[in-house]
Amino acid sequence: MPVVDEKKTTEEEWEPRILAFACNWCTYAGADLAGLNRMKYPANIRLLRVPCSGRVNPQYVLEALQKGCDGVLVCGCHPGDCHYSTGNYYAKRRLMIFKRFLEYVGLEPERFNVKWISASEAGRFRDTVKEFTEGVRKVGPLKESFTLAPSAGDKLFGAHNESEAPASEEGGAA
Amino acid sequence: MSRIGVFVCHCGSNIGGVVDCPAVRDYAATLPNVVHAEDNKYTCSDPGQAKIRQAIEDYDLDRIVVAACSPRMHEPTWRALLSHTKVNPYMLEVANLREHDSWVHADNKEAATEKAKDLVKMAVAKVDHAIPLYTQQIPVNKKALIIGGGIAGMQAALDIADAGYKVTIVERKATLGGKMPMLDKTFPTMDCSACICTPKMSEVGNHPNITVKTLSEVTKVEGYVGNFEITIKEHAKYVDYDKCTGCGLCTTKCPSKKIPNEWNQGLDNRTAIHKVFEQAVPSKPVIDADHCLKLTRDKCGVCAKVCPTGAINYEDVDRETTETFGAVVLATGYELIKWEDLYPEYGGGAYPDVIDGLHFERIINASGPSEGRIVRPSDGKEPKSVVIVKCVGSRDPNKGKAYCSRACCMYGAKHAHQIIEHIPDCKVYVFYMDVRTPGKNYDEFYMQAKNDGACYLRGRVSKIYKEGDHYVVWGADTISGAKVEVNADMVILETAMVAAPGATETAMLFGVQTDKDDWIIEAHPKLRPVETASRGVYLAGVAQGPKDIPDTVAQAGAAASKVIGMFSHDSLESNPQISNVDIAKCSGCGTCVHICPYGAISLVEKHLRENSVKVTRDVAQVNPALCQGCGACTVACKPGALDLLGYSDKSIMEEVDALCQW
Repeated sequence: MPVVDEKKTTEEEWEPRILAFACNWCTYAGADLAGLNRMKYPANIRLLRVPCSGRVNPQYVLEALQKGCDGVLVCGCHPGDCHYSTGNYYAKRRLMIFKRFLEYVGLEPERFNVKWISASEAGRFRDTVKEFTEGVRKVGPLKESFTLAPSAGDKLFGAHNESEAPASEEGGAA
Repeated sequence: MSRIGVFVCHCGSNIGGVVDCPAVRDYAATLPNVVHAEDNKYTCSDPGQAKIRQAIEDYDLDRIVVAACSPRMHEPTWRALLSHTKVNPYMLEVANLREHDSWVHADNKEAATEKAKDLVKMAVAKVDHAIPLYTQQIPVNKKALIIGGGIAGMQAALDIADAGYKVTIVERKATLGGKMPMLDKTFPTMDCSACICTPKMSEVGNHPNITVKTLSEVTKVEGYVGNFEITIKEHAKYVDYDKCTGCGLCTTKCPSKKIPNEWNQGLDNRTAIHKVFEQAVPSKPVIDADHCLKLTRDKCGVCAKVCPTGAINYEDVDRETTETFGAVVLATGYELIKWEDLYPEYGGGAYPDVIDGLHFERIINASGPSEGRIVRPSDGKEPKSVVIVKCVGSRDPNKGKAYCSRACCMYGAKHAHQIIEHIPDCKVYVFYMDVRTPGKNYDEFYMQAKNDGACYLRGRVSKIYKEGDHYVVWGADTISGAKVEVNADMVILETAMVAAPGATETAMLFGVQTDKDDWIIEAHPKLRPVETASRGVYLAGVAQGPKDIPDTVAQAGAAASKVIGMFSHDSLESNPQISNVDIAKCSGCGTCVHICPYGAISLVEKHLRENSVKVTRDVAQVNPALCQGCGACTVACKPGALDLLGYSDKSIMEEVDALCQW
């Protein structure tokens, strides 16, 4: 169940809440450059730094959408430019399928996207944030219409739970 | 319970002028497990750092959050600071309040302050689940392997060897030197190529720190930076180099004399037992097993009879040796594109006087078959009209390669200049698309060739055909808009450079990527031009992309300095933010093994105790020296056994949750 403060979901006070996963080498640096150039973009976005877009587990996106973010963006290096050679290719394949899945279960396409933004593309970062924020604003607050069971991600991946009784290596203290 | 300290930086007025820092500080103090929060004018300054150090003591902090500028700026600063305290340097999070907040939201101070609070909250939530991480020491084996013995490989080897480290060069051909000693003169100074290259070859051959392995290739690579276990295959030479004095008697007596001489581009013939060229290093012959009568038909055996030292060994076999090296330089070089198959309109190789640039270098070279006289390969006559066609195979994505081969404009001008110098009444026409001469004294050199009388025509050549004893070249002059027809005695095609055959296979042995044209991909095109994505593997010369000799030598020196820098340490620190396997969850499926771009994950058999039962099964194992911490494997892991230290599933989920609770 989305944990959304009732007060802020009223029409006039609502502001979209957007989470962006940004790879350390390209998009995070591109956002830094946007700052350096004193560009202006909506303050609705919060960047979460990951080493590579290939690190972004679809589970994180699900978690954000289920717990109350109105939109999630994943950004990484352009194809061919990945610091780790191939991470963004994996990200692209995983997340594009995931996007189709989210839309299949009823999520508006505006709420989730994957974008390639290099360390030099401050302007592209700004434009992407503006565009994405406007898109989310247009579709409004994410309500309970997004009907996957709460914490489906936890059940699917288990990473959020404490791990089960660990196995121990032979010859150790066991 | 963790004890978190939060340090909010004003950065003068950079952050403080927009974000209400005291409010962020007060908010941070209310977050779970935060036992101390303060704000500073300049946290990165010495007094600011002293306050962090003091707070760690006063409040017994075990992890900290710095809310300041981008972590790309000062994360290393904070880590260095923490390494001198009791807090582990990886129990740190940085909230980016400057680049991602105050600088971009200066027009909305209230929203900026709210965002700052969120960013601090996310950082606190993440650091709350941080675990201490420790770097490991990787020992460095101070011996370098250079693959390729051309000018790039030789320069890198000499630079490393002169610094006092052992170097081995693996060269596929029977001599060092690569392409450079084939050339006659080098632009723009017109030095004799052999005069500057062959002394380097003998310097390499005689250097006490350098071992040269010719007719050799790398067949297997294991290990990682500092500790590559590399298997080198030395092909049979049939000559014992320990006994051979290089007198050359065998080559004069060999009866198989009709073998096209590769060194001279087939312009003359060589014997089956042969030295590649006069100044070859090692200066000793090899037997060409495909043409030797003894080896093919068990006849002859003359060389063994005449050899005064008994160095000939027909029983010689390929030998494999495995050695440990700390660093590798890939200098695999280039070949010229096989234009014959691509350009049937230029005769497709059927006309003996339509040749490529390297052919011409051998014709005009004083040590070539015509001893430096410019003659037609077909009849040995001096040409009175020569057409030079540039960009054959280069900048032609339809037939050849899309890239510019960089050196052809200059050696095209050199060839024009040389022809006019040797045969003053010879007409020289140069068909070009553009003239690209960036480089010190390069454009001056090109202008010189034009002033010498070379006729530059801007356009491509559409057809070359034979008429009597000369060739007719159809082309266009796009400046005048006219069709051009030139009668030529000889045509020189300045063909594209392509990656040496096998370069991709060699690179793949080291986990290094090549691009669509088989050039090796550097770690960063601007800032890490001689490194590759594999730590400890460097590149030099044309292997990375077309370049001329000065650029190649400069790059080889740069690669050597990287190797020397690495060898100046006895051990390397590994990055502790790497993948980690929970063997209890690992099913041994091996998906991660194929995902890892660095070959860092392998399946190993482990004896485990599960639910009080002894089991033996395969589980994934991460090599900490190879893993670069991208995390691609962690997402692919179906049972969720892989996790990235420093960016664990748990910590990212907590960060997401923190943002969602408002």
